[in-house]
Amino acid sequence: MTDTPLKTVISRPGATSAAGDHRDLIHVRDLSLYYGASKALKNISISLKGNLVTAFIGPSGCGKSTFLRCFNRMNDLIDHVKITGLIEIGGQDINHREVDVIELRKKVGMVFQRSNPFPKSIFENIAYGLRLHGMKAKSEVEGVVEQSLKASALWDEVKDRLHSSALGLSGGQQQRLCIARAIAIKPEILLMDEPASALDPIATSKIEELILELKRDFTIVIVTHNMQQAARISDYTAFFYIGELIEYDSTVKVFTNPGRKQTEDYVTGRFG
Amino acid sequence: MQETANNLEAKRSIGWMGLSRGHKARPLEWLIEKGIFLVAISAILVVFLIFLFVLREAWPIFSGKANSAAARKVIPADQIDKLTPAQLQAYLELTPDEFNKKDKETLKLLMEVKEEAGKEAVPDKDEALNTTEWKYILKPYAWTGYSKPEYIWQPISNIKKYNIIPLIIGSLKTTLVALLFSVPLSIAAAIYVSQLANPKVKEWVKPAIEMLSGIPSVVMGVFALLVLATFLQTIFHYNSRLNALVAGVALGLAIVPVIFSIAEDALTSVPRSYVQAALAVGSSKWQAAWQVVLPAALPGVFAAVILGFGRAIGETMIVLLASGNASIMSASIFDSTRSITSTIAAELAEAVFGGHHYGMLFMIGTLLFGVTFVSNLMGEYIMYRLKSRLEGKQK
Repeated sequence: MTDTPLKTVISRPGATSAAGDHRDLIHVRDLSLYYGASKALKNISISLKGNLVTAFIGPSGCGKSTFLRCFNRMNDLIDHVKITGLIEIGGQDINHREVDVIELRKKVGMVFQRSNPFPKSIFENIAYGLRLHGMKAKSEVEGVVEQSLKASALWDEVKDRLHSSALGLSGGQQQRLCIARAIAIKPEILLMDEPASALDPIATSKIEELILELKRDFTIVIVTHNMQQAARISDYTAFFYIGELIEYDSTVKVFTNPGRKQTEDYVTGRFG
Repeated sequence: MQETANNLEAKRSIGWMGLSRGHKARPLEWLIEKGIFLVAISAILVVFLIFLFVLREAWPIFSGKANSAAARKVIPADQIDKLTPAQLQAYLELTPDEFNKKDKETLKLLMEVKEEAGKEAVPDKDEALNTTEWKYILKPYAWTGYSKPEYIWQPISNIKKYNIIPLIIGSLKTTLVALLFSVPLSIAAAIYVSQLANPKVKEWVKPAIEMLSGIPSVVMGVFALLVLATFLQTIFHYNSRLNALVAGVALGLAIVPVIFSIAEDALTSVPRSYVQAALAVGSSKWQAAWQVVLPAALPGVFAAVILGFGRAIGETMIVLLASGNASIMSASIFDSTRSITSTIAAELAEAVFGGHHYGMLFMIGTLLFGVTFVSNLMGEYIMYRLKSRLEGKQK
């Protein structure tokens, strides 16, 4: 673990380049993933753009979550997983032997399907990641905690009980806390694995608003089951079916004028 | 439809445990349920009865009825008629049954024997003391031949000394060493097996550690006596070969599987999502285990330690074999020591049935019962507090 201050480590393309300049940030070439002998992802090639929201859609079991977890190498935790092909983030092969997976996960944050705050206080949930990356000064930590809670639109609801347990929050609040925890360490990319699937409609709309807000500072890749959600919040949409990337284009194009029959059937609700 | 189902439910739960309706609706289930209930009740009852039995035997000590001095005053045999039967019985230290079976000749003979023994005894300034009084049990006293007040457990001497403090110290000392040795070891092993080890290693290590609990404590004791004592002596160069350290380490080995298996269960049952969350913000596997999983599993890990404590303080055979069994008042772990349990095990067979020594041994047994009961109760309470704090029910 390095003690380098956060600011110097993080370099966000969006922050340096002019707004509206959405360069390709993630390159995937011929990626295949095997669970033991079965091939879960089949020769996927795709380029995701920076500072935009990209949605992965597709029926259950099509491999979209598995694909998402490749970007921060969460699949490393699963036994008997083998990956072939290339994933580059900002020009760096992330599966390279010399890549520090901890540094990678610092740059590629993740929000999970079920909210999973630590059984610690609200404050500690966010401060944990900061301390992990070497932020020691109390005032600095407090500042970033407040900033992240404000950014995730949770500050007003929890500012009076920062030191009570995070498990006392409602489901939607917990999920926003998880987002705050992820953005506190200032990643470049934010992966979201069906972040609203376990929430009620009101909490879901709050999360969606939040995603649109966060788009300004982060590159967001979101997996969703909910096609309306994909249409509402994403700029680009990729449609997956049984481990294959069927179609990838701008969201407007995918939903109004899909290039492939399968995509059309899925987005119009004929199967899925 | 809904209405009738609700009605049925309401009827079924009428009366004590739904007794009035349940047995008609589902007789077999009802029977099984009541059977299990009876088993549970009788388990509680048995524990309670055992406690009552121990307490009854110790009662003369608690109530102050026992008197170790009464036996020491010599009454000439020809004064047998001046004593009431009750006095005579107490003087000769006989149970009522034994007393009633003996005729006057025998009783007189016994008095003569006692008189002879009394004449031979060296006079002692402490002769008249009732050493079963609480002040002698708990406080130091300057016994004949000692220059200053001391805590002494010496039930087989001319003046019977029943100070239990050295025994308590002995029990605590060995238990403390055992916990210091086994808690870090078993919790580290539990973290490793549940969080860090790959499944193949886990498959071997977990059963191997749990197999330790299959070693009979007498075997562990002999191992400590023959191997461990020598091994530790060559390292620490102490004088008493058998001491609190040897007993404690052996005791620790015996409770490692207890603490390990419960702590491992607690750690494994922490949701994987916590680990994923920690890894996703960039912690290493070890940091996730230590900083997130362990705190989340703390109630269970704490329960494991409490259980280990209970097992260690109640364990008899290992301490009996490996501690040296000298009831010395000393804080050093390198001195021989004697625990409550091994005192009971070693002396109960020789104590006069119903006598004050016998009562005293049951008294320390009650004490042990109390200590484990209170420690379990406290453990339960602290666990409850920790759990509700983790679940966010209170600040």
